[in-house]
Amino acid sequence: MKARVTVTLKNGVLDPQGKAIEGALKSLGVEGIDGVRQGKVFDIELGTTDKAQAEAQLKAACEKLLANTVIENYRVEIA
Amino acid sequence: MKSAVIVFPGSNREGDVLRALKSAGSQVEKVWHAETELPKGTDLVVLPGGFSYGDYLRCGAIAGRATVMDAVRTHAARGGLVLGICNGFQILCESGLLPGILMRNANLKFICHRQFLRVERNDTAFTRNYAKDQPIDVCVAHGEGNYTADEETLKRLEGEGLVAFRYSDAQGHITQDANRNGSMNSIAGIYSEKLNVLGMMPHPENLIEDLVGGTDGRGLFESLVSSFAKAA
Repeated sequence: MKARVTVTLKNGVLDPQGKAIEGALKSLGVEGIDGVRQGKVFDIELGTTDKAQAEAQLKAACEKLLANTVIENYRVEIA
Repeated sequence: MKSAVIVFPGSNREGDVLRALKSAGSQVEKVWHAETELPKGTDLVVLPGGFSYGDYLRCGAIAGRATVMDAVRTHAARGGLVLGICNGFQILCESGLLPGILMRNANLKFICHRQFLRVERNDTAFTRNYAKDQPIDVCVAHGEGNYTADEETLKRLEGEGLVAFRYSDAQGHITQDANRNGSMNSIAGIYSEKLNVLGMMPHPENLIEDLVGGTDGRGLFESLVSSFAKAA
C-alpha cells in the first residue's frame, strides 16, 4: 500500500523560506503569484493492506516524527 | 559534579563544552546517542551544538527521538539538570522537554557573531554566578534560532519567569537590533517549569578563555559546579 503525507505550516506561522521563494518567483517575472508557503511531502510504502490500520500507522508517524504539531499540520492520502 | 555530554551523529561542539565543564571543575563523560542509560551518578546532561543528523527533517527532530533521550527525559523528570546549547536547544524543543520551536532566522541568514545576552534571573543552578540583568558577552552561530511559540506558551513563559536569557546590547538593553534572528520577545534561552532544564541558542562554551577574547561564558559552567559544591 502506498501513501502520501503532506506537512504544511499552520496558518499564521511565519514562513521565511516561502517568502524568499515568492520573492525569487517575482524576480523571475513569474506573474500572478500572491503567496508561497513551503511544505514537505513524504511518499511512504506500507506493508499492510488494511486501510484502517494504515491510517493508524500513518497518524502515529506524523504525530511522533513527521510533523511538529506546534507549527505544522499534516494530511494523509492513501492510494 | 558529574556531567554527561551526549554525542549524536553530526554533533560538533561536544569538545568545547567538555573543556568548559572540565575547566569549571566537573567530571565529564561523553555518551553515545544509542545508549539506553546515563552513566551512574550523572548530575548534569549536556546536549551540545552541531548539526545532528544533518538537520534532516527539522533541526533536532531525529536526535530528539534518539534512544538516549528516554534516559534524559527520566533524568529531567527526577529533577536532574539538563543543558541544551544551540542544536541542543533545538533537540530539547523537539523532544518535548521544552516548549516552542526554533524556526529559520527571520532574515534567512546563518548568523555567526559575538552577542550580548541579558541574564533574566540569577536564582537558578545555571546562572547563580551572574548578576540579575547582567549583560554577558558570548556568541551565536546558527541558521535556525528564531524562537517561536504560541501565544499561550509565550504568556506562560513570561508569567512564570521561565525566560533565561534575552538578546541585548552591551548595556543589557533589549533592542530590536540585538535580536538578529527574530526570536519572539528576544528570547535566547528558556527554562523548564522546574528550572532544571535550560535550552539556549548562544554558545557560552566559546567564551571561557581570555586567549579567544572573553570569559563571560565561564559563569554558566561555574554556576553549575558551585550549585553542586554547595549541595554536597
